[in-house]
Amino acid sequence: MARLENMPEPQRSHIANTKLPAFDSHPWVDGPALNMRRIAIVSTAGLHRRDDMPFTFEPGDNYRIIPGDTAADDLIMSHVSTNFDRSGFQQDWNVVLPLDRLHELLEEGHIGSVARFHYSFMGAMDPRDLEQSARKLAGLLKDDSVDGVLLVPV
Amino acid sequence: MCTRAVGGLAHYVEDEGVATTQISLIRPHTEAIKPPRAMWVPFDLGRPLGIPHDAGFQKRVLLSALKLLEESSGPVITDFPEEAPVTREADVIWACPVNLVREKIDLNDANALRAAFKKETVEMRSWYDLAVKEKQRTTVGVSGLEINQIVEFIGAFIDSVPANPREDISLSFSLNFAVDDLKAFYYEAAAAQPGSASPTAEELDDWFWGDTVAAKVLFAVKDRCLKKDDKMMQLLGKILLIPMSQSDTG
Repeated sequence: MARLENMPEPQRSHIANTKLPAFDSHPWVDGPALNMRRIAIVSTAGLHRRDDMPFTFEPGDNYRIIPGDTAADDLIMSHVSTNFDRSGFQQDWNVVLPLDRLHELLEEGHIGSVARFHYSFMGAMDPRDLEQSARKLAGLLKDDSVDGVLLVPV
Repeated sequence: MCTRAVGGLAHYVEDEGVATTQISLIRPHTEAIKPPRAMWVPFDLGRPLGIPHDAGFQKRVLLSALKLLEESSGPVITDFPEEAPVTREADVIWACPVNLVREKIDLNDANALRAAFKKETVEMRSWYDLAVKEKQRTTVGVSGLEINQIVEFIGAFIDSVPANPREDISLSFSLNFAVDDLKAFYYEAAAAQPGSASPTAEELDDWFWGDTVAAKVLFAVKDRCLKKDDKMMQLLGKILLIPMSQSDTG
């Protein structure tokens, strides 16, 4: 279980001693009820399509686009870390990228619509180094009329 | 460290005018970063939606995180109230379907280790093929190499530095992705056992790192990486080839 106090050493200390960003402001955006919102998923699992370049810390190359019609077999993972479970993703991609579940929530009327594109970063990076890409991503999300983003770590 | 990343990404995306919510796997990181909306879940790292093949549970997790978009003020952090379901009775022990080679291997004999490694991957192959046929899916492929190429490439690192099989990424990343593919090949093959529930992450890890020749090869490669001057090779040796939880296994 991902409770810090239950993790074995040296993983616990490695995570506990990670440098974290501190932000002076706390932005907040209001919006309509959930059943009126257009939802996109942004993963940090290092996901991408089979023919895409893997993640290699190339400066500025921080995210991959996952079209909404991507097939499960076309999605692979090039996250640099080995310190998290991948067997859940291997057995069922929804454990990491719950696109099937999101479409079911749409059919049941819980959300308004599903974005045309979803995205993945590779999360083994200081988020301050991702600022420029994150702000660019926000523009892409707005172009897709997204007004609700779910970020999913591994 | 992905919880740190989603915390920062949420801050920047929200600052640009798009509302965000997120799953947190490490609550102290989320408490420190204070993203607009977050729901902590008590699941394994790598399993933010809980468990595979339980659509009802996954949907409860997803909807709970999305409902935070209707909060009126923040930052807000909530806790998902359910543990991940246990996938089987506690007294049923998963066993890998493959009878792995048990003869003693001289770990200092690179050729013998390579031969045992190759033999083991041949034995795994039919179970991997079965898994792919049944699931119509594989996560192997990030290295761009075939399994036999992966075995040759990784095996060569035991006592030499092979040529980089890819021109578009560095040798160290080729090794990293080849190892990722090797582990995915083993894990997917092992999970193909007919007539039983899916093995847990812990069962698969214990089996792979404790019982396979492949793991012994990776520990040998790790030692070689630590002796290299290249920064990424050093990082592979220190934390990227062998999980920290298994660092004492070898």
